[in-house]
Amino acid sequence: MAEVLEKAAKENGLVTAFAVVGLVVLVSGCLSRKLTFGRVQGSAIAILIGLALAWVGGQVTGGSKGLADLALFSGIGLMGGNMLRDFAIVATAFEVHPEEAKRAGWVGAIALLLGTVLPFIVGVSVARAFGYTDAVSLTTIGAGAVTYIVGPVTGAAIGASSDVMALSIATGVMKAILVMVSTPLAARFMRLKTPRSAMVFGGLAGTVSGVSAGLAATDRKLVPYGALVATFHTGLGCLLGPSVLYFAVKLFTTH
Amino acid sequence: MIIYGTALLAGCHLLGIILGDLLGQALGMTTNVGGVGIAMLLLIGSRLYLHRHGLLCATSENGVNYWGAIYIPVVVAMAMQQNVVAALRSGRVAVFSAVGSVVICALFVAFINRLEPEPSGPPPEDQPK
Repeated sequence: MAEVLEKAAKENGLVTAFAVVGLVVLVSGCLSRKLTFGRVQGSAIAILIGLALAWVGGQVTGGSKGLADLALFSGIGLMGGNMLRDFAIVATAFEVHPEEAKRAGWVGAIALLLGTVLPFIVGVSVARAFGYTDAVSLTTIGAGAVTYIVGPVTGAAIGASSDVMALSIATGVMKAILVMVSTPLAARFMRLKTPRSAMVFGGLAGTVSGVSAGLAATDRKLVPYGALVATFHTGLGCLLGPSVLYFAVKLFTTH
Repeated sequence: MIIYGTALLAGCHLLGIILGDLLGQALGMTTNVGGVGIAMLLLIGSRLYLHRHGLLCATSENGVNYWGAIYIPVVVAMAMQQNVVAALRSGRVAVFSAVGSVVICALFVAFINRLEPEPSGPPPEDQPK
């Protein structure tokens, strides 16, 4: 029986991956509702479980591709690989309404730019302080501090190693969770009251999951305004990360 | 036809990657420069164009929306294949960069929102213009 199951899973790698990821997302949704009462979004928990499973896979096989190194879960490699990941990220641009975005005006654009550059500088500085010196690793970790999507997209584009990529994603996930949990606590300090203030917040805080969950826990009305600006964040980060920001880091590291 | 939407997405994706590669070559690099970002801009642009000319039906749109909705699961699968064992050896980098960027961004949000004169902002219910 076990052999039949294993054979079926191995021969239908991608289908198995859909089933496994679906199960993880389902469990995360339950944990989100039951344990954190919706404060920590299900997607953030799912990503943490994913990273934990990758750790298990790495410990078991000693390889560098986490759970995908186990033959049973090789389909995870295809589902979470570069091709489908970029395909899905491009698809999210479909939800952006440029007309509504124009209402945010220049303040939203400035917040968006600051929200990309400031975390990047923090990430690069911390990575530098911890002994990373090459431009590729510094840029990838800095991009991870922007969002957990910008990190790996940038890393993949400039050829970062897998452990730096994982570190970059870990940074972004940690940031998303921090934003989710701390937004309702710091809402008054950040003056999160008007749609405009939510747009400024969405641009600076960045991560869509962090922003939408954080605003939902603060004031439900503000969610679309913050999320609208935040949806531009990944695109801007993916555009600037492997280009302008990478060149800037390269310029600094060669001097 | 649902495939029209998915094909549009695929076309924008490929064109974006190709343009990103060309941009990379033009800048003297072997890597792709902002291909995914360019693809996103292309998709936003083509959606506007098709909408204006009434060429995009709801079924076709679902061919794109499905993939947009599947992106969190794909990111979960991506997390599952990362080299976490190696990353945990330098876990403090992640903690310090994450906390540092959240604190700095919160300070800037507070600063920018304090620049805005309070009574002039329209209440959330109002639709300006």
